[in-house]
Amino acid sequence: MLPLYQVLTPEGELAQDIHGSLDEATMIKMYENMVTVRMFDRKSINLQRQGRMGTYAPFEGQEASQVGSAMALAPGDWLFPTYRDHAAAIVHGQSMARVFLYWMGHMEGSLSPKDLHIMPPCVPIATQLVHAVGTAWASKLKNEQQVSLAYFGDGATSEGDFHEALNFAGVFQTPTIFFCQNNGYAISVPFSQQSASKTIAQRGAAYDIPGVRIDGNDIFAVWMTMKEAKERALAGKGPTLIEAITFRYGAHTTADDPKKYRDQEQVAEQWRRERDPIARLRTYLERSGLWNEQKENELTATAGAKIDAALAEAESYPKSRPEDMFQHVYAEPTWMASEQKNELVQPAKKEDIPA
Amino acid sequence: MKRKLTMVQAITEAMDQKMAEDSRIMLLGEDVGMNGGVFRATEDLLNKYGANRVVDTPLSEAGIIGAAIGLAMNGLIPVVEIQFLAFIYPGFEQIVSHAARMRYRTRGQYHVPLVIRTPYGAGIRGPELHSESVETFFAHVPGLKVVAPSNPYDAKGLLVSAMEDPDPVIFLEPTKLYRAFKEEVPEELYRVPIGKAKVVRQGTDLSIFAWGAMLRVAEDAAKQMEREQGVSCEVIDLRTIYPLDRDAIVQSVKKTGRALVVHEAHKTAGMGAEIISIINDEALIYLKAPVKRVTGFDVPVPQFSIEDDYLPTPARVMNGIMETLTF
Ligand SMILES: Cc1ncc(C[n+]2csc(CCOP(=O)(O)OP(=O)(O)O)c2C)c(N)n1
Repeated sequence: MLPLYQVLTPEGELAQDIHGSLDEATMIKMYENMVTVRMFDRKSINLQRQGRMGTYAPFEGQEASQVGSAMALAPGDWLFPTYRDHAAAIVHGQSMARVFLYWMGHMEGSLSPKDLHIMPPCVPIATQLVHAVGTAWASKLKNEQQVSLAYFGDGATSEGDFHEALNFAGVFQTPTIFFCQNNGYAISVPFSQQSASKTIAQRGAAYDIPGVRIDGNDIFAVWMTMKEAKERALAGKGPTLIEAITFRYGAHTTADDPKKYRDQEQVAEQWRRERDPIARLRTYLERSGLWNEQKENELTATAGAKIDAALAEAESYPKSRPEDMFQHVYAEPTWMASEQKNELVQPAKKEDIPA
Repeated sequence: MKRKLTMVQAITEAMDQKMAEDSRIMLLGEDVGMNGGVFRATEDLLNKYGANRVVDTPLSEAGIIGAAIGLAMNGLIPVVEIQFLAFIYPGFEQIVSHAARMRYRTRGQYHVPLVIRTPYGAGIRGPELHSESVETFFAHVPGLKVVAPSNPYDAKGLLVSAMEDPDPVIFLEPTKLYRAFKEEVPEELYRVPIGKAKVVRQGTDLSIFAWGAMLRVAEDAAKQMEREQGVSCEVIDLRTIYPLDRDAIVQSVKKTGRALVVHEAHKTAGMGAEIISIINDEALIYLKAPVKRVTGFDVPVPQFSIEDDYLPTPARVMNGIMETLTF
């Protein structure tokens, strides 16, 4: 089995010297981001339970993977999230209000700031990986110093698109970073039943792409691995496959009941206690004199206020109008759709039926 | 004994009873085992029939459907679950190039007795791509049968027929109806024939053709028209989308002289066009007005804040009825 790359141990100690590669401000930002997105995640689950939001896909437990990888990007880099990677999207500049809107079933929830290449959450499994090859390929052809980062789960590695993407990226040496969050499950199917290969990282070998297996709850390892992958990509040395070992504490979505297929509470409890990405960074920061209770209180207060403001913005967003569904299907509406729109907006009047 | 089941319970029972009776039947899909399917359609079947007959597969629709084709060619009867209709596309190639054509390509030497079950349709406040109804894709491909029940009784009987059918059947289960209501479902194994429509409401002024979740919308509109306007609508549940029950369509139009098709699939090139074409071919001189369609629009099914505006409603159907009657 490929070794697991770790920098910050679960006990909050450094497993290697990071002097010169990671500054204190970045570490603090990492921590703040992780705490903020965890609060966002919990808030979202509550909103769903209160009926203020639709089905939602939680990520708690995977903060280090998403935050650490997205923080390694530059503003122009391309980000291809799945339905579970809103933490990464938020860190890369997506507004929290938009993320709320998306889960509230609004068409505009997928919009992102123009100058940031944040794609809408991808719902079909693995299909976005091939796009990330394409955008990266274009960056290379246009000589733009940009990478494309695609997120996916362990289940996604069973789809044909995963293999086709890796193959293309290998052949065309595209600056693509394939970032797998191996959280051990694809809904109910454990990784051992998903794949006979022991690791996902080792699959890179089949396409002659470097495959790295890292502790996905160790934000330093995530960030350093990403940095290296980025440098390789930007130096024209092609793609990287990263397998981040992590765990999602909650259900697959708010519509799912994991009690049926895994010992959810017990395993989640154990991960929380032994490997939590936020707790270990906090331990490290506190020991280094960079964090304390007071800062923690300030952080949760500001983050809470930000989240509340985003929610207020989302909830006061104008209601979608029925005719909005006809927008943006084509550059110019077709006559068929235009007629249908009129029919929807001004239905034919009921006339009396002739005797 | 009489008991009432939801549609999803009726579907489970059909598989359970056929599995007990015929050891060639096996279930394949994502999360169908331990989890009992994300809609619980295969609940407890793993415990009952074991991991060789109820298989949690890797997340690969091409793998599931492709392997099922091989299983079917080699003596088994796979019943595949695809989690949502819009996730069938990675396996589309396998369905249209292989499942549909195997009998033809091998000149009858091999055939593919395969059932592909999948929830479909809007109105469930699902996320993006959980609400599509693209039955036309499959109806367009020779070699496939396409079925869509609208109630628990038919769901059980049609699924039993599908599992006994020597050809591949795409079995579309209206998600909105899985648990919408209960109905008396006989305990014994019975069959509802594929390819046969059902008149669910007799009428004389106009024929409405519908299937799946739209059947209830059509019925509601018919009831209201009767009550408010004294208009008598005949409502026909087509139940099978391919092959269509031409006789039932033509017979009804000959009786009423007016027709309306209701489907939630997009209008253009939807099955409504095909049904109207049959009416033109077989009953044109009986028509007193052009046949109308009330359908979903030519737009991607929108996210759920305006999903209901995409779907035909009884009000839209009633408008359609009026237009036809006042032509
Ligand atoms: C092509 C396709 N098939 C099936 C699904 C239904 N589905 C949604 S999420 C999921 C499991 C995905 O597991 P994984 O890739 O490990 O990601 P995770 O949800 O664990 O982050 C499945 C089967 C889908 N969205 N797309």
